[in-house]
Amino acid sequence: MVPFAGYDMPVQYAAGVMKEHLHTRTAAGLFDVSHMGQVILRPRAGMAALAAAFEAMMPVDVAGLAEGRQRYGLFTSESGGILDDLMFANRGDHLFVVVNAARKGHDIPHMAAHLGAVAEVVPVTDRALLALQGPQAEAVLARLVPETAAMRFMDVGIFGDIWVSRSGYTGEDGFEISLPQARAEAFARELLAMPEVLPIGLGARDSLRLEAGLCLYGHDIDETTSPVEAGLTWAIQKVRRAGGAREGGFPGTTRILRELAEGPERCRVGLRPDGRAPMREGTDLFAPDDTPLGTVTSGGFGPSVEAPVAMGYVPRAFSAPGTALLGEVRGKKLPVTVAALPFHPTTYKR
Amino acid sequence: MKYTKEHEWLRVEGDLVVVGITEHAATQLGDVVFVELPDTDSMVSAGDEVCVIESVKAASDILAPVDGEIVEVNEKLTDNPGLVNEDPTGAAWFFKIKVVDLSVLDEFMDEDEYAELIG
Repeated sequence: MVPFAGYDMPVQYAAGVMKEHLHTRTAAGLFDVSHMGQVILRPRAGMAALAAAFEAMMPVDVAGLAEGRQRYGLFTSESGGILDDLMFANRGDHLFVVVNAARKGHDIPHMAAHLGAVAEVVPVTDRALLALQGPQAEAVLARLVPETAAMRFMDVGIFGDIWVSRSGYTGEDGFEISLPQARAEAFARELLAMPEVLPIGLGARDSLRLEAGLCLYGHDIDETTSPVEAGLTWAIQKVRRAGGAREGGFPGTTRILRELAEGPERCRVGLRPDGRAPMREGTDLFAPDDTPLGTVTSGGFGPSVEAPVAMGYVPRAFSAPGTALLGEVRGKKLPVTVAALPFHPTTYKR
Repeated sequence: MKYTKEHEWLRVEGDLVVVGITEHAATQLGDVVFVELPDTDSMVSAGDEVCVIESVKAASDILAPVDGEIVEVNEKLTDNPGLVNEDPTGAAWFFKIKVVDLSVLDEFMDEDEYAELIG
């Protein structure tokens, strides 16, 4: 067990990180992610006003999100950095938001300050959150909640007192399941009793999201990195970009629109060490002529890739896949090559 | 077999001491994905960090248990680090060290003492 965002969390269960990781890619893994922040935004005067106010907090299309759908969002700062990344869902008469555990204490007052006039910001503190991920997640969950089998990637649904989204953070097809605390343990045990399902700890959660090229807040993205530098431009829909119907109007507009037009000075890239030594977070990166370039923000061994993998920031001139760099491990500069992300192909059910 | 507080096992082979990590250590480390071995023919002092071993969880060092000369390393571990989990006290030895006087091993724990240490 290790401390994580104020919670005691298991790094691994009995199977160990490697088996847990591979099991999630081939069958189904169950993650307890109840530490994440669940929040309901209940509009005081209509969803349109709430959507407009939420759009003033992030460079994302909120108004255009259809009922029953979920989207990835990013709170930005006035200087164009990232305050947190999140998921938000349109549930007809309100929005449902899931934020990072370590940022709950920031995000809830942040939303209350910006949305208070148009919505009630209601932290959901009596529900657990489970993630069921992997190619057999659909068949497994359908035994308990049959309606979920028909959902597509980023659909959300309410089935009695169970709230489901077809999403996750492993690169695999799967679901995130919010349910009343009192029911959570029995539900989790029912899933774990199925032969396809293993419990998965933080270690494999990290290696799975790293192979999928997904950012971890506080590591790969933070207040100093912009969404464009982080390669999260796919999360900035056209309608919020230059020439779009609701262009700009979010914190950090000047920097973010400039970087979209001109390209950022530095970029988050995938990195494949040429040797077997993992390049972990904090590893300094250099050009072949020893010029310092940046650092690794996430790194470790990728069990599905069967090799070490990492992500980090380098100047744009060094960001093309195939670029040869050096990473300093225990005082030795070892070869590492810029690689396309994700390292492992995603299998979302679109 | 003798044992160190750092969870290494030491086995005498002629005038050499063979060094590996215990099953307990291998289990605690988790799946080993990388091993960096020392140079052969290098002189080491007890307590020197001579090997690096990385698991899916973290990196750790293996210390030289005694003063001496590294005369042989187990190259198999470079290509197959997982051997450390499969056979920690057998095929997955790390290095062989030549010592002046084998009596230095007397100070280390025997099997019963080590079993007591790890509870």
